[in-house]
Amino acid sequence: MVTAMLETYPTDTRTADITDAEAIDRAWAAAERVTDPEMPMLTLLDLGVLRDVTIENGHVVTTITPTYSGCPAMATMRDDLQRELLEAGFPDAEVRVSLTPAWTSDWITERGRQALKDAGISPPGSAPVRTGPVALTLMPTRRAVTCVLCGSDNVRLSSEFGATACKAMYQCNDCLEPFDHVKEI
Amino acid sequence: MTANNEPTIHVEHDEAGTNVDHGDHDNAYSGLLVNDANWAFGTDFEDPLAGVDTTVPDGVDAKDLGAYCLMLGDDALVFSQRISEWCSNAPDLEEDIALANIALDLLGQARLLLARAAAADPELVPELPEGSPVPDEDRLAFFRNDLGFRNVRLAEVPNGDFAEAVAKILIYSTWRLSIFERLTDSRDTVLAAIAAKGVKEMSYHRDFAGRWVVTLARGTEESKSRLVTALNGLWPLWSELFETHPVETAVAEAGIGVDPATVADEASVILDQVFAAAGIDRPERGGLAGVGVHGGKGRDGLHTEALSKLLAEMQVVAREHPEGQW
Repeated sequence: MVTAMLETYPTDTRTADITDAEAIDRAWAAAERVTDPEMPMLTLLDLGVLRDVTIENGHVVTTITPTYSGCPAMATMRDDLQRELLEAGFPDAEVRVSLTPAWTSDWITERGRQALKDAGISPPGSAPVRTGPVALTLMPTRRAVTCVLCGSDNVRLSSEFGATACKAMYQCNDCLEPFDHVKEI
Repeated sequence: MTANNEPTIHVEHDEAGTNVDHGDHDNAYSGLLVNDANWAFGTDFEDPLAGVDTTVPDGVDAKDLGAYCLMLGDDALVFSQRISEWCSNAPDLEEDIALANIALDLLGQARLLLARAAAADPELVPELPEGSPVPDEDRLAFFRNDLGFRNVRLAEVPNGDFAEAVAKILIYSTWRLSIFERLTDSRDTVLAAIAAKGVKEMSYHRDFAGRWVVTLARGTEESKSRLVTALNGLWPLWSELFETHPVETAVAEAGIGVDPATVADEASVILDQVFAAAGIDRPERGGLAGVGVHGGKGRDGLHTEALSKLLAEMQVVAREHPEGQW
């Protein structure tokens, strides 16, 4: 096993003689440090984008899932993951894309939701559970959203689309604070 | 310039970090490259299907799968390009951002679909000079002529006013959502995954457009009249959405695609719900005729003049620099 690992990580003494279990722990720790480029208060793990870290044939494989089809941050996420893993001693880490199951805002962790709140972004509620055809909704989407500044629930939706693909825009009717809300999908 | 004519940017800094002037090499944006860790998103050439198993399922003709993904990808690409023309032109900032977001979602879907088309049938991909860094999905997007595009003609018609924009998005997303909901059961797991993602995104698009159609219809005489005019103008493109091309017949029989004729009733019912809420009548106009003795339409590569102009604008930079590094 030790011989195999020496062949696997020939360029980095920190990972030259560790077991697979230790390597996975170290790779997870590195991958967990990577943050979302557009919402840097969230790690990719808290966002639910980082799905897995494994060892395959002696090299680290991480799996990420795009939030939206057109998410322009995917390439940056991949680069950031590879750089963080390189710095942790895994120069040949591979980043794979997984399209199934599709990302849902339900995967944002409790810690992630708190981090969003702390940064003035309203976290998503539960994603809609769909059985059968998607229902047409001609009235404004009803959400239990409260103002991130004053806590009032007297808020209005100003747009279902915001500065990034994953956010809607709200404004508080009481304190007038405009704020982002991460959409339920 | 280097020997192979690749554009390069030379940046040097003095001790204060100020860019050193190099006369004709100076670039107003060069300072952005000092810390390049996060300097721009989406400029990378990387495979959007990296690590995804793109094996063609048993019993499926790879050429049919490729052609079908090209049709769906071209719909999304051309409509995305059309909607993105609204960027900085919408009536207010919120709608501007909404339209840009919708265009971005469709562009993402197009990228995946065109990459899927290329993986299924590499012969679809235009050849470029050896060493060109342009990935397959970009070759398909930027290096085919109008006759190679398989999008429905609704996607390509020129933009009108804001009422026309929301009417067109409503029609497109109503049709498309019905197809994608069925496509989530495709035997091709890649296509099924792209569809599952697209369903979530286009649910927002359809609701956005449907609300605006109701709002405009129930607004002023002027807004209602503009909406009705827009719907009448678009209606000749409606029936084409549900006409079955032989490729669609083949992929439907193979369990990887959807025959659009099978969603016509459902899409009509949903659209009628919007019209009822808006208090307007469904337009009564026949379909736009096809071209030539066989009546070829968008799926056959026969388009309106508008597509050629759209492609000219969309493709000009990529075609000028087939070996360009961005």
